[in-house]
Amino acid sequence: MFELLGISPQVLLGQLLLGLINGAFYAILSLGLAVIFGLLNIINFAHGALYMAGAFVAWILLHYLGIGYWPALILAPLIVGAFGIVLERTMMSRLYKLDHLYGLLLTFGLALIIQGLFRNYYGISGLPYQIPSQLSGGQNLGFMFLPNYRAWVVVASIVVCFGTWFMIEKTRLGAYLRAATENPALVSAFGINVPLLITLTYGFGVALAGFAGVLAAPIYSVNPNMGADLIIVVFAVVVIGGMGSILGAIITGYMLGIVEGLTRVFYPEGSAVVIFVIMAIVLLIKPEGLFGKEAR
Amino acid sequence: MSDVDNGKALLRVEELHGWYGESHVLHGVNFHVNEGEVVTLLGRNGAGKTSTLLAIMGMLPKRSGSIIFDGTEVIAMQSRHIARLGIAICPEERGIFASLNVDENLMLPPRIQKGGMEVERIYDLFPNLKERRRSQGTKLSGGEQQMLAIARILRTGAKFLLLDEPTEGLAPVIVQQIGRTISALKKEGFTIILVEQNFRFAASVADRHYVVEQGGVIDMIPNADLNNSMDKLHGYLGV
Repeated sequence: MFELLGISPQVLLGQLLLGLINGAFYAILSLGLAVIFGLLNIINFAHGALYMAGAFVAWILLHYLGIGYWPALILAPLIVGAFGIVLERTMMSRLYKLDHLYGLLLTFGLALIIQGLFRNYYGISGLPYQIPSQLSGGQNLGFMFLPNYRAWVVVASIVVCFGTWFMIEKTRLGAYLRAATENPALVSAFGINVPLLITLTYGFGVALAGFAGVLAAPIYSVNPNMGADLIIVVFAVVVIGGMGSILGAIITGYMLGIVEGLTRVFYPEGSAVVIFVIMAIVLLIKPEGLFGKEAR
Repeated sequence: MSDVDNGKALLRVEELHGWYGESHVLHGVNFHVNEGEVVTLLGRNGAGKTSTLLAIMGMLPKRSGSIIFDGTEVIAMQSRHIARLGIAICPEERGIFASLNVDENLMLPPRIQKGGMEVERIYDLFPNLKERRRSQGTKLSGGEQQMLAIARILRTGAKFLLLDEPTEGLAPVIVQQIGRTISALKKEGFTIILVEQNFRFAASVADRHYVVEQGGVIDMIPNADLNNSMDKLHGYLGV
C-alpha cells in the first residue's frame, strides 16, 4: 500500500515518530500555558523563553558544575519554577486587576529580555548537549530504527502530562485550583490562600516549560531562539485545544505533532503551516476550541 | 436570648460604608448580632443586604467603618483571614463549582476550627447529595445546590453563618426543609444572619429582623412583635 503511494514505510514511520516527539513538546508546553491561563488569566508569552532557559540551565549545570542530565531533569525545572515565582510575585501579581492585554505585554517583554540575555552571553550558534549515556543508541524495530532518547522523551512527556492531569482533576489541591479558576473570591472567603495558589500555579506551569527544555536539550541544540520558534506553534495548539482545558491541551499537543509529521510525508510544503490552517478552521467552526467549554 | 444590645454582641457593625468601584452602596450600616441568634436582613432588591454580607466577609472591594467579630476588628482584613475567625458564607448565587463534583464541592472549604460536621452526618441530613456525590456540582437541581452550598460550610466548623437568600426560587417543600435545617442549626448554637425577601419564611426561623433600605438599617423588629408591625413592614418592603 505504501509503495502504491510512493512512500516507504520507513519514511512514514520516521515522520510519525518525529511528529510524536514534537507533539510531546507541544503537549507539555501547551499544558503549562493552559494551567496558567486557567487560573491567572494571563497568556504567558514568556513560556517559550522559560523553556529555553530550562535547556540552558541544564547546559550550565553540566558545563560549570558537572551536574549531569538526570539531576538537571529535576533541578532545572525547580530553578526555572523558582524564577517564575519571583516574576509572578514581583511583577505579574500587580496586573491581575487590569486587562489581559497587560499580562500579555509584560510576559512578551520578559520573553525578549530573557532571550536577549542568553543571546548576549552564549551567542546564537547553539551549544551541544550530550544524550545521557544510558539513553544513547537505539532499537532496531525491524521496520525502523528507534533512538532510545526519543523513546524516552515520549514516555517522559506522557508521564508528566498524565501526572499533571491527575493532580489537577483528582486531588484536593487540584480541586482548589479548579475552584479558584472559577470563582477566586469565594474560594478566598472559605479561608484558602488564593494568591499563594496563583503563585504556585505559575511556578508549576513554568517548571513544566523548564522540564521540556531539559528534555529538548539533547535533541535540539541549546539555543536562545529555541523557545521563540516553538512557542508560536504551541499557542496555536492551545487555541485549537481550547484555552484553559487541561486534557484538551495534552491531547491536542500530541495530535497536532502527529498531523504535522504526516503532512511532512504527504505534502512537505504544507508541514510548516498545517497547524495554523487547522487553527483557522477550528476558530471558524468552534471558536472555543475542540475541548473548550462555552464561556462560563 | 436578648434582643437588646447588651454590649456583648458577637458581631457589631457600625457606620459601615461600602463601594463597588465608584458606586457607593452602603451608607452607614449599624446593627449587631448576639451569639446564638438568627437575625434577618429584610429589604427590597438593591437595598444593600447582600452587600452587607459581602462586607462582613471581606468580599466587598472597598469598605470603611467598623465590623467587630468576637472582639476582632475585621473591616480591613482579607476575606481568607476573616473566614479563619469562624465566619462562613453561603452566597446568593450559591457558588457551586461546575468543575467540581458534589463530593469535591463539599470538601472544598477547609476545616477552620474544631466541631465541624462530619461528612457522614451531612449526608444523613441531605441524603439527596449522597446519592449524587459523583455528579458535577452544577448538574444538581436548584434545591440540591442550595443544600450543598449550606452543607459545605457546616463542615468547616464555622459557627457564624451568612446565608444569602437560601430560599430564592425554590419549591415550598424545599423551603420547608431549609427552614428545618436553620432551626436545627440554631438549636446547636450557630449564629446566623439570613438575608431574605420571603418574610413569611424569615418569621418562621428568626429572632429579630433588621430592615435595610438605601444602604442602611432603618428599623429593627423583634420576631415577637412581627404581627403588630405588619403594616409598618409592608410599607418598608412595598408588598
